[in-house]
Amino acid sequence: METNRFYNEILTEHNLHPEHKHDLAEANLVLEGVNPSCGDHIYLKLLVEDGRICDGAFVGDGCAISQASADIMLDLVIGREKEEALRLADLFLRMIQGSLTEEELDGLEEASALQDISHMPARVKCAVLGWHTLEEALNGNISAGPGVNLE
Amino acid sequence: MENKRNNPYRKDFPLLDCDPVIYLDNAATAQRPGCVIEAEKTFYEQHNANPMRGFYRLSVSATEKYESARKTVQELIHAESPEEIIFTRNTTESLNLTAYSYGLQYLKAGDEILVSVMEHHSNLLPWQMVARQTNARLKFLECLPDGRITEEQLQEGFSDRTRLVAIAHISNVFGRVNPIKRIVSMARERGAAVVLDAAQSVPHIPVDVKELGVDFLAFSGHKLLGPMGIGVLYGRRELLEKMPPFLTGGEMIQSVTRTGAVFAELPYKFEAGTVNAAGAAGLEAAIHYMKKVGYEEIHRRETELTSQALSGLKKIPHVHVIGSDLPEEHAGILTFTIDGVHPHDISAILDGDGIAVRAGHHCAQPLMQHLGISSSARASFSFYNTENEVSAFLKSVEGIRRKMGYGDEPIL
Repeated sequence: METNRFYNEILTEHNLHPEHKHDLAEANLVLEGVNPSCGDHIYLKLLVEDGRICDGAFVGDGCAISQASADIMLDLVIGREKEEALRLADLFLRMIQGSLTEEELDGLEEASALQDISHMPARVKCAVLGWHTLEEALNGNISAGPGVNLE
Repeated sequence: MENKRNNPYRKDFPLLDCDPVIYLDNAATAQRPGCVIEAEKTFYEQHNANPMRGFYRLSVSATEKYESARKTVQELIHAESPEEIIFTRNTTESLNLTAYSYGLQYLKAGDEILVSVMEHHSNLLPWQMVARQTNARLKFLECLPDGRITEEQLQEGFSDRTRLVAIAHISNVFGRVNPIKRIVSMARERGAAVVLDAAQSVPHIPVDVKELGVDFLAFSGHKLLGPMGIGVLYGRRELLEKMPPFLTGGEMIQSVTRTGAVFAELPYKFEAGTVNAAGAAGLEAAIHYMKKVGYEEIHRRETELTSQALSGLKKIPHVHVIGSDLPEEHAGILTFTIDGVHPHDISAILDGDGIAVRAGHHCAQPLMQHLGISSSARASFSFYNTENEVSAFLKSVEGIRRKMGYGDEPIL
């Protein structure tokens, strides 16, 4: 069963004890990421200086996959150049689409623990929430998104 | 213990007969008995023509099937006449029809629309739209955390300006029957119309529109063992007659000129375009099947399963069930949360054990906010589920926190 494979130790550990799930007062790049259909929700907070991600954190609420994936992502990108982080984001998104070589997969380190999500279409959005938000933030697409006002 | 082989209804459901799934998402959509699938098929094989249009034998036969279904629905909910039964696609369309053709016409600035906080989005968004367009005020009828609506909350909700009340007969989260007769009597005192969302009630309890005294009532075929794509709106004739059509076009007119039209009589005025006659035939078969099983038997079985599940869930640490402590007040619906585990993960882990439950906000986000949770998981039982299935569900739920990395001790 795929379910049992993707709720592995790496994922549950990052979900229960996320190292990067906290506020980051000195962040200079903050972007909200939302999956409207399932309610996963994060604020990605980055401190970017001279094109380098000096520090990063997230706060939010959502399923284990969305939260663990964001935590694993931050492990991977903190301390990296912006271009390098975007390259990893591309690798991750391609892993989820199932078009990654074994060699490329190694570059994703712990994030490769999420590769089985590609067999669970309903959960793909959860896994990529952090990475999509990172891509958008680094590419300068800072906007609140198409919010729906019901008032 | 009852299992798949000795549940007498199981064999009637082809999907359950050949798929090993433990299907506990009946409040979202029921499974269909073979006779319903057969009735749809028979319509296309033996009666297929465009109903109400042709003057030839086959079209008459199609019309007869369609109108026979309308009569069966009328009898099920004890409407005064078949003309008060409008076929739609589903509950959502029925409620939208009411909002557009009644709400927009008869509500005005300063009027109040009272909706309960537990409404499914389909009985909330249409009224938000009406409030926006007419400048009527949208007011909420609150409820206790276990789903009860108190007399004080009713007094608080109603005012002299209340002109329409939109409420679920049974909430899709709590499964508890709301005090509709009391609400209708308060609405009557103020001349307000009552719109009842009966999507979760018609499949579980006898519904009598005259006894309830509601003005409009909506439900879907697919939760009632019927096909998807066929729904019902009941409306009191007096109101339906004065309402303008919701959709206009073919089959809902008496005559059309270059610039105008005379609309058809009820119910056709509200059934523009080619209708879902095969769906109606399927729904009729579903109603006959359900009547054969009987509401009493349905209630007895669903209450037994709910009782087993409720007492089992209560024994599992960190699991919290929403709603009444009494199994008979759940209409087969058990909504629950597990500390530290997101409902989507609950559902995914149960799925790993072959168990289908719903997870999320159940299209009732304002209620989730009211309860202080962002989402929840929901198991909903039907008379064709078995004790064995409930046991498997409980066993799986018991292991969820361990699978998520918590060091809980096994209790089962």
